[in-house]
Amino acid sequence: MRYARHIALSEVGKGGQQKLLNAKVLMIGAGGLGCPALQYLVAAGIGTIGIVDGDTIDESNLQRQILYTTADIGRRKVNVAKERLNALNPDVSITVYPEYLNPKNALEIIEKYGLVLDGTDNFATRYLVNDVCVKLGKPFVYGAIHKFEGQVSVFNFNGGPTYRCLFPDGPSKSQLPNCAEAGVLGVLPGVIGTFQAIEAIKMVLGIGVPLSGKLKLINLLANSEQIISFSRNEEQVSKAMEIDIADSYREEPCVVPESILPAELTNWLADKRSINILDVREAHETPKLNHQNVTFIPLGQIPSRAAEILTDKPLVVVCQHGIRSQHAIEFLKQHNFPHKLINLEGGMAAFDHHTSTI
Amino acid sequence: MKVNVKYFGVIAELTGSQQDQFDFGGTSVSELKTVLEKRIPGLNSSSYQIAVNHVISNDDQVISLGDEIAILPPFAGG
Repeated sequence: MRYARHIALSEVGKGGQQKLLNAKVLMIGAGGLGCPALQYLVAAGIGTIGIVDGDTIDESNLQRQILYTTADIGRRKVNVAKERLNALNPDVSITVYPEYLNPKNALEIIEKYGLVLDGTDNFATRYLVNDVCVKLGKPFVYGAIHKFEGQVSVFNFNGGPTYRCLFPDGPSKSQLPNCAEAGVLGVLPGVIGTFQAIEAIKMVLGIGVPLSGKLKLINLLANSEQIISFSRNEEQVSKAMEIDIADSYREEPCVVPESILPAELTNWLADKRSINILDVREAHETPKLNHQNVTFIPLGQIPSRAAEILTDKPLVVVCQHGIRSQHAIEFLKQHNFPHKLINLEGGMAAFDHHTSTI
Repeated sequence: MKVNVKYFGVIAELTGSQQDQFDFGGTSVSELKTVLEKRIPGLNSSSYQIAVNHVISNDDQVISLGDEIAILPPFAGG
């Protein structure tokens, strides 16, 4: 009997298990948070599950996305997830959406489910999930991670506060640590995604105290946990209700630009954004950038000295006018540079002009 | 008065530490924000909320001696 240990709990029982089997839950994102959350939701017998993710499996996902194996690299996440989860529990009906949640598909997908789990990796989609859930009156479980720290909360549950009540505005673009570039301890999304599954199951069963109006903060390094309270803000709820979904959230998931302007680089440096810089000019060319992670290799020497280039972060490539840096980027792309390559448009000449006029 | 402030996520990276203690001459959250944004380069272009004694607080909230203050940014990662 698959659910014997649930039924043995007086708080669940046969009636509770039936509630789980009748529930319809949508997981947005089948990555670090989605993998563990989905495993527990499916094991628990949530009867109908939807999974939204447009991504394919990359080797660098395997450190934390535990539904996937080395043999799955290159396959669509939602297809592999469905196979594994069907094998775990054939009682569960799984619908997959091999696309990113976006303003065009969000309303149609979310309205089919009673409860949503947000396991996305960027702010634009998080605000989209919030605003669509508020419009449709769906509660959703928020989970988010940063390096060794995680946040969990339940939004829009029985008239409770929403994501915008906690964080009214998205951060500025230069502040965004991108999912592909930020480091994360692999087990962290396991902890946070599992907490999301717990909250979802409690809400379906109607037992315990949901994290509505409460933000749970977990720091794995410090072994610290705390709960912060917050209230509903009607102004922010109205903002979500009134926003034109089709006309918002232009930012694509997880996109680092291919090139930046001097003003953006200035902001990145001021914000201590996690980047390395490669200067491909000759030694005599000035001005030099004052940044701790600059490597100086003239364009002509890059093929022979490529091993000196730092590969642990996105790389901003600079030269005097932004032309040689493009050649360097082309070369590094062809040689499978493992991170985003970003060209400084107009080069150091434009940067110097910008900084001398602000 | 001395205030104790805890930093989270990207804010802790801006400060290079997870907590701080300093003399604060003001009385409100908005005054504290002004002081913090002077102390922490990059904070004024960051999105964050301030919790006083584990409750998210608005700018008018009064800060008293011994209050526990947390500076919380949203996280995007998943």
